[in-house]
Amino acid sequence: MSILVVAEHEGDALKPSTLSAVTAAKEIANHAGGDLHLLVVGKGIDAVAEAAAKVGGIAKVLKADDEAYEHLLAESVAPLLVGLAEGYDYVIAPAGTFARNVLPRAAALLDLQPLTDAIAVESADTFVRPIYAGNALATVKMNDARKLLTVRATAFDAAEAEGGSAAIEAVEAAGSSDQSRYIGSELTKSERPELTSARVVVSGGRGMQSGENFAMLEQLADRLGAAVGASRAAVDAGFVPNDYQVGQTGKVVAPELYIAVGISGAIQHLAGMKDSKVIVAINKDEEAPIFQVADYGLVADLFQAVPELEQELSKVL
Amino acid sequence: MKVLVAVKRVIDAYVKVRVKADGSGVETQNVKMSMNPFCEIAVEEAVRMKEAGIASEIVVVSCGQQNSQETIRTALAMGADRGILVQTDEELQPLAIAKLLKAVVEKEQPEVVLMGKQAVDNDFNQTGQMLSALLGWSQATFASKIEKADSSLTVTREIDGGLETVEIKLPAVVTADLRLNEPRYASLPNIMKAKKKPIDVLPAADLGVDAAPRLQVVKVSEPPVRQAGVKVGSVAELVDKLKNEAKVI
Repeated sequence: MSILVVAEHEGDALKPSTLSAVTAAKEIANHAGGDLHLLVVGKGIDAVAEAAAKVGGIAKVLKADDEAYEHLLAESVAPLLVGLAEGYDYVIAPAGTFARNVLPRAAALLDLQPLTDAIAVESADTFVRPIYAGNALATVKMNDARKLLTVRATAFDAAEAEGGSAAIEAVEAAGSSDQSRYIGSELTKSERPELTSARVVVSGGRGMQSGENFAMLEQLADRLGAAVGASRAAVDAGFVPNDYQVGQTGKVVAPELYIAVGISGAIQHLAGMKDSKVIVAINKDEEAPIFQVADYGLVADLFQAVPELEQELSKVL
Repeated sequence: MKVLVAVKRVIDAYVKVRVKADGSGVETQNVKMSMNPFCEIAVEEAVRMKEAGIASEIVVVSCGQQNSQETIRTALAMGADRGILVQTDEELQPLAIAKLLKAVVEKEQPEVVLMGKQAVDNDFNQTGQMLSALLGWSQATFASKIEKADSSLTVTREIDGGLETVEIKLPAVVTADLRLNEPRYASLPNIMKAKKKPIDVLPAADLGVDAAPRLQVVKVSEPPVRQAGVKVGSVAELVDKLKNEAKVI
């Protein structure tokens, strides 16, 4: 039995979600046994492959470094996974947009039914996953012989990033597809920590009233070393870009501290943050549902409370 | 250009779902059902394509029980031309739906299939990608903008780091994200008109695909309930609690 973990990376570094997927793979290996291999796909990814080789518990790193994989387009990456999957009992990836795009495509080509968003490993073939925006949990047994699944990074601790010394093996590209072509991207540039792996997250909702007002949250976030997130309402209103969105269809976060500012707390938003360790809600409507999940609620006008909070924090941090 | 839109009937996104006491699933009796919100966005996009003269015909397909006709009817009222129900009482998982849709696509020969990126019941986010794979077509998931050129589409996709734009050759499968458009409400005259639009019913069993479930739901349970905490009276008290009680700062 062996397990292939597909790494999420940023061209020069592994994303923290990859380390969580490795932990999930180790839990599966505890039930099923077998070696863990880590696949890195891209173009010019030597640094990522080297980082991957250091991850604790990895027996081998597979490096698929090719022009065809520069932009990780599904039509090109899926055939690579199909070829490699033959040699494995499990293919696991963190549930980001990369794997959500590629893994089901590969699975269909293999006539396999993958599982999305595992949050717990019950046995070698049984996993727990949220359904209905996390309002119910399904325990699901996978009956296909080969199992393809994505795992929620927030549900598994990060594996050790150092300490391993796996061999790096180059794998042949599986050819490229001319069906799709990368045109460009607009990626949010930020010095702040990445939303899904930040220790503290400060999120704003419709109550922020404008994109300019998010500057206030950014200041607070910088005081705390936090990432900035948003509710769907704030993204739909155009206050901030789509990649800020926390919720059922956006990002799932589980930081030590989540501060929800001017967010009412729709179930779709709660789905993305209710596993945070400590939740603070600041909202002027004391009936807002967000208070039902908050450890500390402050009923106040955010335009007064947020600057004041930043001031108070400056005294203790 | 002929456009096919796949739609799913789900528990309304604003209904608080209740887990059945015996752990076999969630309560669906006497619960409001609606079109999956992401499917509505896909239908709206198709209708806008038709209004812009890009789409010539919009065919709406749903796979499921007899009552999925209501969902197809909703799409027809929004502006789709005709419907197809692939009818079965069996549980359908994404791979099975992709196989059934492939059979419909082969009959109907559309140039584009539009669908929602995920359904808000099972939250799988798989079917579009799987259909595209089975057809050997190009795919663009999580679309927030779609533009048509001669033999391709330029699609802006919502990805983890921001936005990405790709050009995909036709035929293609595109899945809709939240910000692609805001779906319209069907007007009363259009709801009346939709009653006369045709819906073909195809028994799933006649399509000759293996639609058996591969995943077995062992049980469905309530998630752990988070207890509401306390209200604090001031910012100073909040900072004190965070520092000395929760110890997170």
